Amino acid sequence: MKLTVNGQAHDVSAQTLEALLLELEFEGEWLATAVNSELVRANERQNHTLKNGDRIEILTPKQGG
Amino acid sequence: MLKLYGAEISSRLLLGTAQYPSPAILIDAIKASGTEIITVSLRREMAGTKSGDGFWSLLRSLELRVLPNTAGCHTVKEAVLTAHMARDVFSTDWIKLEVIGNHDTLQPDVFALVEAARILSEDGFKVFPYTTDDLVIAERLLEAGCDVLMPWCAPIGSAMGPLNLHALRSIRGHFPEVPIIIDAGLGRPSHAAAVMELGFDAVLLNTAVAKAGNPPAMAQAFAKAVEAGHQAYQAVVLEPRDMAVPSTPVIGKAVFT
Repeated sequence: MKLTVNGQAHDVSAQTLEALLLELEFEGEWLATAVNSELVRANERQNHTLKNGDRIEILTPKQGG
Repeated sequence: MLKLYGAEISSRLLLGTAQYPSPAILIDAIKASGTEIITVSLRREMAGTKSGDGFWSLLRSLELRVLPNTAGCHTVKEAVLTAHMARDVFSTDWIKLEVIGNHDTLQPDVFALVEAARILSEDGFKVFPYTTDDLVIAERLLEAGCDVLMPWCAPIGSAMGPLNLHALRSIRGHFPEVPIIIDAGLGRPSHAAAVMELGFDAVLLNTAVAKAGNPPAMAQAFAKAVEAGHQAYQAVVLEPRDMAVPSTPVIGKAVFT
């Protein structure tokens, strides 16, 4: 399945968002995720099925003003 | 005591966490400032790096209130989504709402800001809107559900200090019961003291501390200035007078001929 993750093209076998994070080695309880500009909460990732062409954003806490 | 959305806050200084020379200096500056509220952001993670780990651990060890921002968002949609993502990560419904309208001045797009503030307030967020010093926009933000206002006093990171005292006095005077935090544009402690003397409730600093020669020392200097300015406001400041007025009694003065 072809996806865009944080602006970069990926070809993955993962079917769910949680599996995608594992496959691409995104680790940490502090991550925030969105699929096609909609929030997917941490506890919803396991059941969130991905489809070809999805755009995924994976964000992490950073310094800010 | 300062109350922000029901939370009682002792320190009237809010501190940003960006641009410090090192994490150790950031921690020292936070401690020296006495702040209880720090601002943070969300940015893209890189696969396999766990790049947020260090900062996340730092935040957890500090045990302060976290105010996530929507820095860099230019549209209502971006800002609303970022706020929702921040709520999921930081487990807070506080959000420093920024919707930028101009790249050079980082001036907020106040039309988008009001719309995003209404959407987020309806979604249960406690919105801290980064706005201009425009009185009518301030009124619209309050109507949209904000209980706190955060006007700039000069562009972000400019260190120019309060540029339009008349506008700031107008906002303060029109909304005496609303907590108003001066966010952005302060460069030195005397700027912070000046806005606190006008009766503002708190200041939010970042660049002025982070980019100082000695950030922890500057954080402490700002904390003193904020406290001094607030105390001066409570003590009621003498307004300027056109004529000299002798401070020493005139009656009883000796006459030498």
